[in-house]
Amino acid sequence: MARSVTTQRKLTFTILGWAIGLLIFFPILWTFLTSFKTEGTAVATPPQFLFFDWTLENYHEVQSRSDYMKHVTNSVVISVGSTLIGLALAIPAAWAMAFSPTKRTKDVLMWMLSTKMMPPVGVLVPLYLIFRDWGLLDTRLGLVAVLTMINLPIIVWMLYTYFKEIPGEILEAARMDGASLMKEIVYVLTPMAVPGIASTMLLNIILAWNEAFWTLNLTAANAAPLTAFIASYSSPEGLFWAKLSAASTMAIAPILIMGWFSQKQLVRGLTFGAVK
Amino acid sequence: MLSRTLLLGAASVLAMSSFAHAETLTIATVNNGDMVRMQKLTEDFTKKNPDIQLEWVTLEENVLRQRVTTDIATKGGQYDVMTIGTYEVPIWAKQGWLLPLDGLGADYDKADLLPAIDAAVSVDGKLYASPFYGESAMVMYRTDLAEKAGVKISEKPTWDEIADAAKKMTDKSTETYGICLRGKAGWGENMALLTAMSNSFGGRWFDEKWQPQFDQPEWKKALTFYVDLMKEAGPPGASSNGFNENLALFQTGKCGIWIDATVAASFVTNPKDSKVADKVGYALFPTGGVENHGNWLWAWNLGIPAGTKKAEAAQKFVSWATDKAYTELVASKEGWANVPPGTRKSLYANPEYEKAAPFAKITLDAMNAANTTKPTVKPVPYTGGQFVAIPEFQGIGTAVGQQFSAALAGSMKVDQALQSAQALTTREMTKGGYIK
Repeated sequence: MARSVTTQRKLTFTILGWAIGLLIFFPILWTFLTSFKTEGTAVATPPQFLFFDWTLENYHEVQSRSDYMKHVTNSVVISVGSTLIGLALAIPAAWAMAFSPTKRTKDVLMWMLSTKMMPPVGVLVPLYLIFRDWGLLDTRLGLVAVLTMINLPIIVWMLYTYFKEIPGEILEAARMDGASLMKEIVYVLTPMAVPGIASTMLLNIILAWNEAFWTLNLTAANAAPLTAFIASYSSPEGLFWAKLSAASTMAIAPILIMGWFSQKQLVRGLTFGAVK
Repeated sequence: MLSRTLLLGAASVLAMSSFAHAETLTIATVNNGDMVRMQKLTEDFTKKNPDIQLEWVTLEENVLRQRVTTDIATKGGQYDVMTIGTYEVPIWAKQGWLLPLDGLGADYDKADLLPAIDAAVSVDGKLYASPFYGESAMVMYRTDLAEKAGVKISEKPTWDEIADAAKKMTDKSTETYGICLRGKAGWGENMALLTAMSNSFGGRWFDEKWQPQFDQPEWKKALTFYVDLMKEAGPPGASSNGFNENLALFQTGKCGIWIDATVAASFVTNPKDSKVADKVGYALFPTGGVENHGNWLWAWNLGIPAGTKKAEAAQKFVSWATDKAYTELVASKEGWANVPPGTRKSLYANPEYEKAAPFAKITLDAMNAANTTKPTVKPVPYTGGQFVAIPEFQGIGTAVGQQFSAALAGSMKVDQALQSAQALTTREMTKGGYIK
């Protein structure tokens, strides 16, 4: 009797899980389907789901108009670069706050987070002027720098919560054995926090990949990543949904595939420390 | 010795890189058919000018506007040629952000530009941007539906005539709606139509002392007429329809009348996308009791920011993209129907173009009817047409557009919408220092 209830509950949860999963996935699926439609079918009412004349015309058009590989390369360099530099800065910072907190540690953390509360457009002009004077406009270096800065608070916060889960005694033991500070961080702390660091890294790559304010406003032709690539397919006069969908599919494909392969790591990291 | 060699080497590398740099023009542009076509014809330009390379940055209109405005206001120098609208040209020229175009060459023929367009992109007689394509607004209607309903739309219709025809064409059982008008909030969306509409009813945005005029009878008449007509003969959910949504509705045969930018004519008559390609009739923008056809005029233009270091090469490019030879180039490659319209008299005198584009004459009439220097019947302190050419208009226009969109959706009464439009415009204009 009890068994059948369990099965029923399992079934309910499975269906619910699938339903929510499909609901969340639907926009991506719809974008994918629209990318194979003609502009006319893309806006047809009632919408056509699967039975339409599939065409690759949009992908062809997008390929011939834009340099996709250039944008992908820029996206990869910018998102991975800013995340790695961010981690290099954040690991020592989070270590300090997690293992030798002071009276003001909470305030420092709060202050770091507060920088995220300001709408980015508020600092657009000053930052633009600095970039202009330093020759950083439309360079990958400039974007890596700015994305490192804006994502740093999140990296520090995430790492801080992961590090808090690691017993300080282990680090103490390493110190007793004569490990230097550097060795303690590199050989003891980091290996133990790998799931946390990995999920922080993945999440930040995704954040940097999708960042669309600074990447659009500080670039022109050379350093423009995939966000600029997508932005070039919307039009105030004329139908564009099918081409925009094709461009979007191409833009999210790399990060989607990366997420797919690393989802185990991501989930493990995000639930790290949840079960004590 | 070694350091000198190194220094020399470094200097020559620098010199070479700046030399190579000087040859690449970065062009910012919007994504529409004519611009994309220009991008595809790049080769023709680089063949004629082997020392100049072109780098294209195509962006969505609003992103582009934000992007180029930041760049030009800070003299960032990211772009050498910018695609800008007739709204920006006079404002930016007065700020000293644009270079006057005085080196376009002998073949450019400025006198050939349509007078209305020429006036819109010139300040004190000097050209500050070169028009690439231009448009006005007009009535497009389904000739078959009009016939079926037994109505005739004259070449210069009045709003009453349009309303009558729209109501008769409406058949909600077959999802055929008599009229499709913009309803989506935005200074370039519903406010373009409503400003032109108010112009045609004798209204104006501001009096000579910059006092907002939404409390005047003309605006009330225009807005009431619009809301009532759309309720009776418009499609459901019209408050979220912009140009593209109405285009899709018209192309799929769901609209009897569509009043919008003249450029739409080339879309709705294209049999590849449109089900109604051979059933479209045209008329001038309607009038509402005064002799004013809305004064809708827009052009996308190529301008050169004052911060560029490659002004000479940039002028060469602008000249190539907007002179008469370019029109012929497009015609030879893509056919006359695909040449950028609305900028030059010579195009409309060309019999081949008239044959390929049945809407050519009415487009020309619409453009000639527009006067941006005197957009309204009553005197005003501004230039414009379907917009007011002051920097504050983007913000104010969109905020007012939201009120009017709400009125169309029925979540607000017409009077209420006008009142809040009046209040918010007065507040912004006082803040801007216009109202003392």
